[in-house]
Amino acid sequence: MTTFTDPYASSQETTEGRVYSLTGGDWDSLVTEIGATKEERVVLNMGPQHPSTHGVLRLILELEGETVTETRCGIGYLHTGIEKNTEFRNWTQGVTFVTRMDYLSPIFNETAYCLGVEKLLGITNDVTERATVIRVMMMEFNRISSHMVALGTGALELGALSPMIFAFREREKVLDVFEMISGLRMNMAYVRPGGVAQDLPQGALAKIRETIKELRHNFKDNEKLLISNSIWIKRTQGIGYLDLAGCTTLGITGPVLRSTGLAWDLRKAQPYCGYEDYQFDIPTTDTCDVYGRFLIRMQELEQSLRIIEQCVTKLEKLEGQPVMVADKKIAWPSQLSIGADGMGNSLNHIREIMGESMEALIHHFKLVTEGFRVPAGQVYTSIESPRGELGVHLVSDGGTRPYRVHFRDPSFNNLQSTAAMCEGGQIADVIAAVASIDPVMGGVDR
Amino acid sequence: MSENGMFGASGSGDTSGFGGLVNTTTVIGSTQRPFGSYFDQVADDLERAYPLFSDAIEKVVVDRGELTLFIKRDRLFDVAKILRDQLKFEMCIGVSGAHYPDESGRELHAVYSLLSITRNQRIRLEVSVSDKDSHVPSLVEVWAGTNWHERETYDMFGIVFDNHPGLTRILMPDDWPGHPQRKDYPLGGIEIEYKGATIPAPSQRRSYK
Repeated sequence: MTTFTDPYASSQETTEGRVYSLTGGDWDSLVTEIGATKEERVVLNMGPQHPSTHGVLRLILELEGETVTETRCGIGYLHTGIEKNTEFRNWTQGVTFVTRMDYLSPIFNETAYCLGVEKLLGITNDVTERATVIRVMMMEFNRISSHMVALGTGALELGALSPMIFAFREREKVLDVFEMISGLRMNMAYVRPGGVAQDLPQGALAKIRETIKELRHNFKDNEKLLISNSIWIKRTQGIGYLDLAGCTTLGITGPVLRSTGLAWDLRKAQPYCGYEDYQFDIPTTDTCDVYGRFLIRMQELEQSLRIIEQCVTKLEKLEGQPVMVADKKIAWPSQLSIGADGMGNSLNHIREIMGESMEALIHHFKLVTEGFRVPAGQVYTSIESPRGELGVHLVSDGGTRPYRVHFRDPSFNNLQSTAAMCEGGQIADVIAAVASIDPVMGGVDR
Repeated sequence: MSENGMFGASGSGDTSGFGGLVNTTTVIGSTQRPFGSYFDQVADDLERAYPLFSDAIEKVVVDRGELTLFIKRDRLFDVAKILRDQLKFEMCIGVSGAHYPDESGRELHAVYSLLSITRNQRIRLEVSVSDKDSHVPSLVEVWAGTNWHERETYDMFGIVFDNHPGLTRILMPDDWPGHPQRKDYPLGGIEIEYKGATIPAPSQRRSYK
């Protein structure tokens, strides 16, 4: 018999002790080998390429048998230097970068950034009502699609496949709406400083009404699959406990904070984008556990649909209003339109700048190549993203490019609670706790 | 023919073609009372709770409806504790940094956003230190949530947070040289070393010279 050593599944001696490498199919040999030693304490490196860690999160778990005694997170595997990159592009181009941070909630990244730029420019009140209502509608649709991933993958990680398939089916419908409105399903760069990239296409509102109806009907399926499912309840109730004091000292916001019974939602507490004019409730639970957090997400779906319905009613009345500020020194001049062959330049706009208005051509050229100047200063704007407070710290030096763009991503902050939620529990519950934080590594690492 | 990589960028390493634009830094002056909005209330409360207020605060800036307190770094920890315990700023939302190479003696700024749920108010603290002595007291003892934010600010700017429980890099690899968000750090053009092998920067991988 020839001996064969697998370079990917082997063990070696280090100064810290014996290190075993595992890839999945080699548990038997590991159990035999570890069983021979008397050591009860094991340090387990879970990830960064583990299917249950929401992307490239590395969890370093210290175990005594199956009990987790210490938890640490290793992050940074998805760091792409987006904040640094934005300093080398103009303010409008920044949208295209920041939309890629938390890739499950691109519209929120864009809106938070644009609200910041508008605050720096002092044009917050000049953004047209139609643009603001479109932003709100897009954000709430985005909240639904993001929560669908949280619920779907959360269930999948605990072994329930059907909720994932149902959730992704509904998410597709929301992405179809995004595609119809912005031309893209993800990373749309649709919200721009001063408004949105383009108006809604013909027949959009009818399609949205239809989608609301379908979503509302289908959400019930998922609720039935999870809420009273006894396996789901056993895996989630009382798991990942974090109370209000823990949340405040760790700066936790979003569904995790609301699962402690505190109805803190920036849309109500510190309204932006006219959220004070909408009727909706803030779902809370007082269970402080994984079950409560998922329950909140499910209930927020319905609240988002309520807001979208109000947006549709408003948009019908605002038909014909511009979706970009009137100031030609700021408004992005290039207009896009969706033709039979996809999205491209608006022919009307090309006709105007090339044949009719010299001034329009100059504005187009200056704004598209160099960009507008933003008065010096710093601002912090924050909005309620599906994961909590998404904050943007912007510094301008008076130039056409940002001096500093910093995103306070809720996932980055909330992931710090992993240790508080997991230590002392079972290793299997780490998965449930991390899923309930709903971290998106693109936002964590930026 | 340029020797500066395939986009011909030099200096900032900017590959956008806007490399000729020059940044100018503007320092915003301080604001005098009345500050407006709820800011006077916050300042009054802090003054009452903290007798050394005038000694601790370098200046107050109210700009675009936001209050910024510039704090001396020696007093930062005390002020933070009072803001949390007596003024009910329960949450430190995050720590950001900024690098102003032209402000000699105060090149590095750490910026803290505080949130009070009780008062439903926000304020901002700002601490500036020099490049040569870039030490700021850590606020992890006051708000545990600043842990990762301070690590990130250290990683990106090289601000050292004293008494931090484990101030290591968080986003960049542990052995990374330099602090990427500083203004003297280029965008791109950095060779990557991994397990003994060196991979040239993307702009250097192929020659179109």
